[in-house]
Amino acid sequence: MAEMKFIRGYPEYMRELIKKVEQTRMKRKDYTHPALSKEGREEVLKLHPDFAPGGKRKISIGPNKGEIGPTEVVDLLEAYPLIEKKDIDLSRTDYSPEILIIGGGLAGTTAALWANNSGVASKDILLTNKLRHGDANSIMAEGGTQAADRSNDSLKKHYIDTMGGGHFANKPDVLRALVEDAPFIMDWLLKLGAIIDREDNGDFVEKWGGGTSVRRLHSCRDYTGLEEFRVIRDEFRSREIPCIEHYPTVELLTDGENRVTGTILWNIETGEYKIVRAKATILATGGFGRLHIRGFPTTNHYGATCDGVVLAYHAGAKLRDVDTVQYHPTGAAYPIQIVGYLLTEKLRSTGAQPVNKDGEAFVFPLEPRDIEASTFIRECYVRNKGIVTPTGLRGVWLDTPLIEIKNGEGYIEKAFPGMKRMFDRFNIDIRKDPVLVFPTLHYQNGGVETTPWGKTSLEGLWVAGEVSGGVHGKNRLMGNSTLDTMVFGRRAGISTAEYIKSGKSAGKLTLEHTKKYVNQLKEAGIKTKRRAPILLPEYRGKAALARMIDIF
Amino acid sequence: MKENKSIMDRIADAAKSVTTGVDAKDIEYWVTIYIMGREYKVPADLTILTAMEYAGYKFVRGVGCRQGFCGACTTIYRKKGDYKLQTGMACQTRVEDGMYLVQIPFVPAEKANYDIEKEKYAVSIFFKHYPEIAKCLSCNTCTKACPQDLEVMDYIQAAIKGDFEKVAEESFDCIQCGLCAIRCPSEIVQYHIAQLGRRMFGRYENPEPEHLKRRVKEIEDGKFNKEMDKIISAAKNELEKLYAERVRESD
Repeated sequence: MAEMKFIRGYPEYMRELIKKVEQTRMKRKDYTHPALSKEGREEVLKLHPDFAPGGKRKISIGPNKGEIGPTEVVDLLEAYPLIEKKDIDLSRTDYSPEILIIGGGLAGTTAALWANNSGVASKDILLTNKLRHGDANSIMAEGGTQAADRSNDSLKKHYIDTMGGGHFANKPDVLRALVEDAPFIMDWLLKLGAIIDREDNGDFVEKWGGGTSVRRLHSCRDYTGLEEFRVIRDEFRSREIPCIEHYPTVELLTDGENRVTGTILWNIETGEYKIVRAKATILATGGFGRLHIRGFPTTNHYGATCDGVVLAYHAGAKLRDVDTVQYHPTGAAYPIQIVGYLLTEKLRSTGAQPVNKDGEAFVFPLEPRDIEASTFIRECYVRNKGIVTPTGLRGVWLDTPLIEIKNGEGYIEKAFPGMKRMFDRFNIDIRKDPVLVFPTLHYQNGGVETTPWGKTSLEGLWVAGEVSGGVHGKNRLMGNSTLDTMVFGRRAGISTAEYIKSGKSAGKLTLEHTKKYVNQLKEAGIKTKRRAPILLPEYRGKAALARMIDIF
Repeated sequence: MKENKSIMDRIADAAKSVTTGVDAKDIEYWVTIYIMGREYKVPADLTILTAMEYAGYKFVRGVGCRQGFCGACTTIYRKKGDYKLQTGMACQTRVEDGMYLVQIPFVPAEKANYDIEKEKYAVSIFFKHYPEIAKCLSCNTCTKACPQDLEVMDYIQAAIKGDFEKVAEESFDCIQCGLCAIRCPSEIVQYHIAQLGRRMFGRYENPEPEHLKRRVKEIEDGKFNKEMDKIISAAKNELEKLYAERVRESD
């Protein structure tokens, strides 16, 4: 079993290539590659997976009929409901909360706390999870959370930065809510006991994010999402809010008209279904990274399979901006075990430079994510200045040793324990050697169209977090996603509580909308065996799968 | 051949083993592992998680973020000829020849309920909510079990002494996988104790930054309302101009 020879985590030939990075390092130390002009940006964006030819098609049914989306997403919208042809008994209700929350990441958990803060008793809330409470992209957010709370910053600056990053497609009133609530969310996190990085004088440490004009990024080392989520979940558990795990939602229920009235849950281990009747439902199911759009690896957690968008679309909700996908510029490209994993943008905000095979800096390190990612693709596949891994992947170097050259020895261990640990496990020391990166599928920019209070086009249905569409336009900025989850989780919690207090009674439970959906699919001539939501991606070995049979 | 393929196709081809699973014909190096006692031959490059998938397991438990942040894929294993019981996260541990492994699907552990606004910021809080902390034997088994290499026993000892800062500092990178609690002979639930300690430290140790207080007050007073009313109705070309004219704060 003679394997390839490795020297400090890299095969010999890559070790040779690293020498070129070392040779130019001190020359690059004080150099900043100029940012691209508007024209330069437009040119390189043609290489972005969103704009490169292919990969998209028209949606042929539903409220967004005629609009374009990624093939992998449209495939799921043009799929038959999971429970079609299944005998579902809606006459017995298993749970009857006032407020049902589907999805326990930052958005859903925050919504539960604020519904409770707004007067809805713990016992009248139900949080359901496909996997565990906390199996979410939230917990993996590394870099930070934006909030314009320094004296030289303003809500307007945060607004303009986000608008420009989103290619001016953001929904103005929703974006206003995001920037206006941001400082309040930081204040709330502190009161819950979150530990956020501080300067010696007690001020927040605030770092650069790609595409921002001011340092506005609040971090908790490089475990920002983990710290925010741990604290919020701990508070949630202390309040004994009902929570069930390993129960994915397989379909929403409606009153047959325009109102969402409950859901069908499915025990992912035993196969038994449960019926929930709720006066208000908050969808906080996250994004779609595990669809591997255009064949890209992803930073997303195992359950990020676009379920929320599919469920809401079945019920008739309108979508928005689902045509664009965010690829994070710096996914790990080596070693193979961690390909696609997120290397936080904060590495670049604190000095790490993208460098090509010849040891040259080729891009301003903090362009908005779509621009930065496109330049990496250009370097690897047009200019052929990328580095090829033993398994045939290409990437560019991210010169992490510069971080300590600029910030002093010991800085990486303190600020990036997660990153350091991830590479240490494969014998790579990011303090001494660069790491190889390539864009990775990161974020669902659009989703179910939302309002400033998380309302959708359907009565009784709210959205919060990545499943929603509108706040980020066509491209999200760093630090705006954790912020989004908490701002709109809170708003959805408050708004549903108000709705309940207005004296709404529970609606009837039907599956009329899925019948209508199936009819639309048939009328559009869609013949397929595809069913959705898919709930989990398929990674089982092909040889094993080929010989599996169902007996029980 | 390759030249005819689009860039997107070439990228997708290169990433195939990651997005759709490895193909046996591309694999040069193999190892034998024992999943819950049963023998499987799997590619040597895989992690415990992806090796189990290769063998045909579809995870509905014992999996979460797949990147070492969520603590769901707690695994214990022994290596052939080694008496030591090892611990790790399945998504972060490469398979080795002769590994016997099993995943822990769930960690039963009682978490105390509290309202940190009403709690006293003092050492007594740990004994009030987790009295078993006093039973710590200082055996260091928790530390050895930690897949994040945290000094678990040290922070438990710090909690016993009321050193909240040390609890917060030493436990900060905890992913709450529960391995410490499973291994502890005194049945302490270290990771819940750490959570309580961190929240108390975060809430009571550092006063709120002045600049944040000021900004929250300004927003509540409506100081920016006019400016925001105006900007949300601005036309696209106006916004484009404002975006282009931004001045970047100096580093």
